[in-house]
Amino acid sequence: MEGIGILNTAGTGALARERADEETQTVTRTASDENLKYKIRDLDLYYDTTQALKAINMDIKPHEVTAMIGPSGCGKSTLLRTLNRMNDLVDGCRVEGKVILDGTDIYGNIDVNELRRNVGMVFQQPNPFPMSIYDNIAYGPRIHGERNKARLDQIVEESLKKAAIWDELKDRLKKSALGLSGGQQQRLCIARALAVDPDVLLMDEPTSALDPISTTMIEDLIQEMKDNYTIVIVTHNMQQAARISDKTAFFLLGEMVEMDSTDVIFGQPKDKRTEDYITGRFG
Amino acid sequence: MNENSSRYKRVRGVDKFMTGVFYGIGGFFILLLIVLAAYIIVKGITSIYPGVFSFTSMGIGNQFFNTIYLVFLSLVISVPLGVAAGSYLAEYARKGRLTEMITMSIEALSSLPSIVVGLFGYLVFILMTGMKWNLLAGALAVTILSLPTITTTTRDALAALPSHYRSGSIGLGATRWQTLWHVLLPACVPRIITGVILVAGRGFGEAAALLYTSGQSTVLNWANWDITSPTCPLNVFRPGETLSLHIWVMRTEGSMNPHSVEIANVSSMVLIIMVLGFSLLARYLSRKLDEKNKGAAK
Repeated sequence: MEGIGILNTAGTGALARERADEETQTVTRTASDENLKYKIRDLDLYYDTTQALKAINMDIKPHEVTAMIGPSGCGKSTLLRTLNRMNDLVDGCRVEGKVILDGTDIYGNIDVNELRRNVGMVFQQPNPFPMSIYDNIAYGPRIHGERNKARLDQIVEESLKKAAIWDELKDRLKKSALGLSGGQQQRLCIARALAVDPDVLLMDEPTSALDPISTTMIEDLIQEMKDNYTIVIVTHNMQQAARISDKTAFFLLGEMVEMDSTDVIFGQPKDKRTEDYITGRFG
Repeated sequence: MNENSSRYKRVRGVDKFMTGVFYGIGGFFILLLIVLAAYIIVKGITSIYPGVFSFTSMGIGNQFFNTIYLVFLSLVISVPLGVAAGSYLAEYARKGRLTEMITMSIEALSSLPSIVVGLFGYLVFILMTGMKWNLLAGALAVTILSLPTITTTTRDALAALPSHYRSGSIGLGATRWQTLWHVLLPACVPRIITGVILVAGRGFGEAAALLYTSGQSTVLNWANWDITSPTCPLNVFRPGETLSLHIWVMRTEGSMNPHSVEIANVSSMVLIIMVLGFSLLARYLSRKLDEKNKGAAK
């Protein structure tokens, strides 16, 4: 596990150059943003008359960890929830603009339930259902039609393994999930999201309610998972963003101030506001 | 320092006194219940005569069966309806005039005097349909009385659930109905069952609503299983006097019956035991189910 210190520019130089190379290649290869997972264009979001997000334009690349940072109330969680249309659940929430996932605008005419299957979410407070561990993981596949017991057993095992919690739980799958510790519950929730085989995993401050050891476990997990998933994580912990993400976007008062490779954001941010936040002048 | 300690003594004194008062009130209630129940049970035991529990016109067996059957019928109707209504109110209804009106109607329904409901039942289920007294009419009258309770129990149980159950389920791609059916309602089962058992207890004791609906007599032939016959126990379209009505009848019109006093006493005893028993059962079950849900794995 590499640690990237916020102001450690020496180690980041090489990495930054390597990524820049990849990026130039990527840019020349695709004139039509084909390999972007999400394209957010001119997104405005209103809660009744209050505007929570202003003219957001953002690209999210697949198989990367994209972090969204910023002070409380800056809109990062709101933006995260637009990526799987969880904001639909909030009365009075209005969205204008486009959020394009794999070429389709998700605010158009689409199957929202399928969207949410494909774009999983892990919340700040671990929220297992009041059921057994097995039933928690099997819940997703079951509601999407999987009835075969053998298949379900397999999915449960694979998901728990992907969340690095199989060994701890394999002997108590039938026990209630509420009996687990906070860190275990959160890894269970990750496994639960993975059980429906999503492409994207959205994580809203997933470790802020956990102890340091569980936090480290989950950060390691995220690094392992990014080969197979696209991960977008909201965090108010800058060091965490610096540790685990490839790209970082800084938000302030509903606007995206700056988005770039993590090394650039934490090493040589272009916007003064970013720099002020990173160095702790406010936050 | 001096002033403090005398004031302190006074304040402490008041505190102790009030604590005593509250314990006293609690004790009073327990005493009240014990005295009431004991009196009725003892009276009942001393009135037992051979044949009192039989299923003939000599005994109260038929009335006992009618009581249970009638409450069962009313639950079959009121539980699905009540749970559905409660779910609607908790999960689907938007805040607004219509919802407020619905809530007010339910509250009004629940405070209707049972004699009024009984007379309404008489009008609609007996007179308008042209039928004679029947169990089903009684069950429907009891349903009117128990529906609001089940609805509010369900609604409150659902509203008390953490909202993150819903987010977790919707976030996995479930629909509202799937969330309700697979996550929310199962999590409310202990509370709903408690509500149902309490409602059943109330139903056992119902008298005024049944006076002119299910009738004041019952003639059953336990050998007869032709469900269309008026003496078949399972026929819902037959008259069916319940225990509580029986008590009333025995002490008024039925005083010609040589055993009327004893029958009334024994019926009262059985009824009290049933109601108390159900109440305790409700508490026990709800605690057991809560434990199971909260993860006995800890």
